[in-house]
Amino acid sequence: MQGFARRHPVWSLLIALAAAVLAWLIFAPWSEGLESVLGAKRIFLNALFGGITLGALYFLVASGFTLIFGLMRNVNLAHGSLYLLGGYLGFEVSERTGSWLLAFPVVFLLVGLLGIVLQHQVFRRMEGEELRQTMVTIGLSVVLADIMLWIWGGQSYTIFAPDWLFGPVTLPIISDVRDSGEAIYLRYPAVRMAILAAAIVIGVAMWLVLNRTRLGMLVRAGVDDREMLSASGVRIQYVFLAVFAFGAGLAGMAGIVGGTFQSLSPGEDTRFLLASLVVVIVGGMGSIPGAAIGALAIGLSEQMGLVYAPTYSVVFTFLIMAAVLAFRPQGLLGEAR
Amino acid sequence: MRKALIASISALALGLPSGAMAQDDPVRIGILVALEGAFAEGGADGVRNVELAIEQAGGSAGGREIETVVAPTDTTPDTTVRQARKLIEQDEVDIIIGPLSGSEGIAMRDFAKTIPDHTVINGISGALETTWVDPAENFFRFNLDGAQWGAGLGTYVVEEKGWDRVATVAADYSFGYTNFLGFAVDFCRAGGTIVERFWVPLGSSDFGGVIAAMPTDIDAIYLGVGGTDAINFLNQYAQAGADTNLIGGTIMADQTVLTSRGRAKEALIGTPTSGPLAEDNPDPAWQDYVAAYRDAFPEDERFPSPSLFGVGYYVATLAAIQALNEVDGDLSDGQAAFQEALATMPLETPLGTVTLNENRQATGSVFINEVVEDGEGGLKNEFKARQDDVNQTLGMTVEAFTAMGLPSRTTPDCNALGGNEG
Repeated sequence: MQGFARRHPVWSLLIALAAAVLAWLIFAPWSEGLESVLGAKRIFLNALFGGITLGALYFLVASGFTLIFGLMRNVNLAHGSLYLLGGYLGFEVSERTGSWLLAFPVVFLLVGLLGIVLQHQVFRRMEGEELRQTMVTIGLSVVLADIMLWIWGGQSYTIFAPDWLFGPVTLPIISDVRDSGEAIYLRYPAVRMAILAAAIVIGVAMWLVLNRTRLGMLVRAGVDDREMLSASGVRIQYVFLAVFAFGAGLAGMAGIVGGTFQSLSPGEDTRFLLASLVVVIVGGMGSIPGAAIGALAIGLSEQMGLVYAPTYSVVFTFLIMAAVLAFRPQGLLGEAR
Repeated sequence: MRKALIASISALALGLPSGAMAQDDPVRIGILVALEGAFAEGGADGVRNVELAIEQAGGSAGGREIETVVAPTDTTPDTTVRQARKLIEQDEVDIIIGPLSGSEGIAMRDFAKTIPDHTVINGISGALETTWVDPAENFFRFNLDGAQWGAGLGTYVVEEKGWDRVATVAADYSFGYTNFLGFAVDFCRAGGTIVERFWVPLGSSDFGGVIAAMPTDIDAIYLGVGGTDAINFLNQYAQAGADTNLIGGTIMADQTVLTSRGRAKEALIGTPTSGPLAEDNPDPAWQDYVAAYRDAFPEDERFPSPSLFGVGYYVATLAAIQALNEVDGDLSDGQAAFQEALATMPLETPLGTVTLNENRQATGSVFINEVVEDGEGGLKNEFKARQDDVNQTLGMTVEAFTAMGLPSRTTPDCNALGGNEG
């Protein structure tokens, strides 16, 4: 942090300024002049929180994708299928047991196992052959999509959040002030706040594991130089298995989250694969903080775009991606190799 | 001229006296229908219903046997025109029944102008422009268009429900505008106020921002979205603490939404919608038709009751059969007599009597339904009211309807119709 500030004083100042303006926008009551330009504060806050929670979902899907990509140089184009499969399995578990929370560990294990099988039986056999892996993962995603269509059919599924997460909660943020001077606090869907909190916890935990543990050290070393790591005696296949299983399990859990505040249907797999690709391209390959920033940028641009410029909302995501590719092709936090 | 030449030469080549045989030849009908893509299931139901109508007529009309050829499309206009051309040139059909979806309909209107001595009877495509902007002389549509499907709902919510302030959320494309126009014209004429309009891109999955931007002083939200978008909206609307009434466009409460799994759809209970049919319509003509449909096909090869697509193709086939009967199967002279009969005869259908206007567009009935629980944990539509004689201009003069402009984000202007905007 200090190093960054010393190296880039201008950028640091701009980022600090932007953060201060954002904090002021969130917490200060808006004047009438500001409301006439930006619309009601309630709308801005909701779009902001919507963008952040959508970003949290994208982060859950993309963080596994970026780890696998960074470590194994393996573009797993079946990642979206793992997301959708996780969602369907989560629906079955929560329908049958009535427990939404139970679905998470079960799905994590099941989809993680599938990830292990994929890595052990498929990708290990074609290590280093990037084109072949890409083709095989596309093939797998088609096969998985058809199997899921066969089992769960074409209709849409939504997973029902438990009662204690249903409906809105009141946040300690003033959204509006009535003429009488009474403050109205922001009301926001509870389930989305829970998802946001969970994503932050998972993100911080991943960062800690990567930066503070021996396994994390191995993964980071593998991202930097795979050959040297295996030459120094580490059984890199086990590291690959662990990372693949974790990334797949995370995608599966993201499927439950997506099924809870959006819906599951055929086609969602490719939508989330595309979102993950954009997030990873924007954030930088193999970087967890990069995935977080990329996911936040994409989520916010989608939601803000939908509210303030619905006609153009579809293109913002890709404009961001094009801008990043033009000016910083390795991604915002990626390292140039 | 060239076609006549080719026809007579080929008839000569076969050694047949062409004049004498014409009346005994079978009538060939091409079924142009989407059998790939999102509407594949509905398209298959369309084919079933054409077969049903022909079977009910004893397999013949106007003393001539009927033969059918199916031409599958994938709902894209270029495939549709290619298949239609194949039907005319290769399969040598006399009449085309189809197509199924809106943009295909517009493409077929233009294609129809190149084959004036054949007849196209629309399947179930519903774009307003097909029969409103520069219509083709030989293109006939016996189903209502997307704007007509919205008629009657506005009056119903204002007068029966007392909801006269609404915000609208609708899909930002042609059908979204058209279906909304039908609702809005009626709603504004009944004195309603449209507080704010939101247009969302097709395929939006996260409506959190839009839901939050809903004005607070409204009686209901009009939802002109469908399929997965509709389910996502309902889910997020419930999570945000659903606190007002909903009004649905024609595709809001269709089977894709009502059969979805999970509880998101429960937010729909009590929502009025309008459309071209009511499943529990008590009219004996409808009940007989549903019974015939159920008898004709085994349970696992059909829907529980005929789909919207199926009904459209059924009515189109009825029209062809009735007109053939009226002209005794005479398709000579560029099908002039047949087309005249189609244009002028009133047609008795399971949905009520349908007549065509000068653009060869149907005037008929719109049904108002409400979503209720079916008692088995699911949801169904319940018939509430019907509005008969809805015409293409929604009861306005042609000049007034033209002056209003084609459907768009800002058309219709509610103030101009006697309602209030914003």
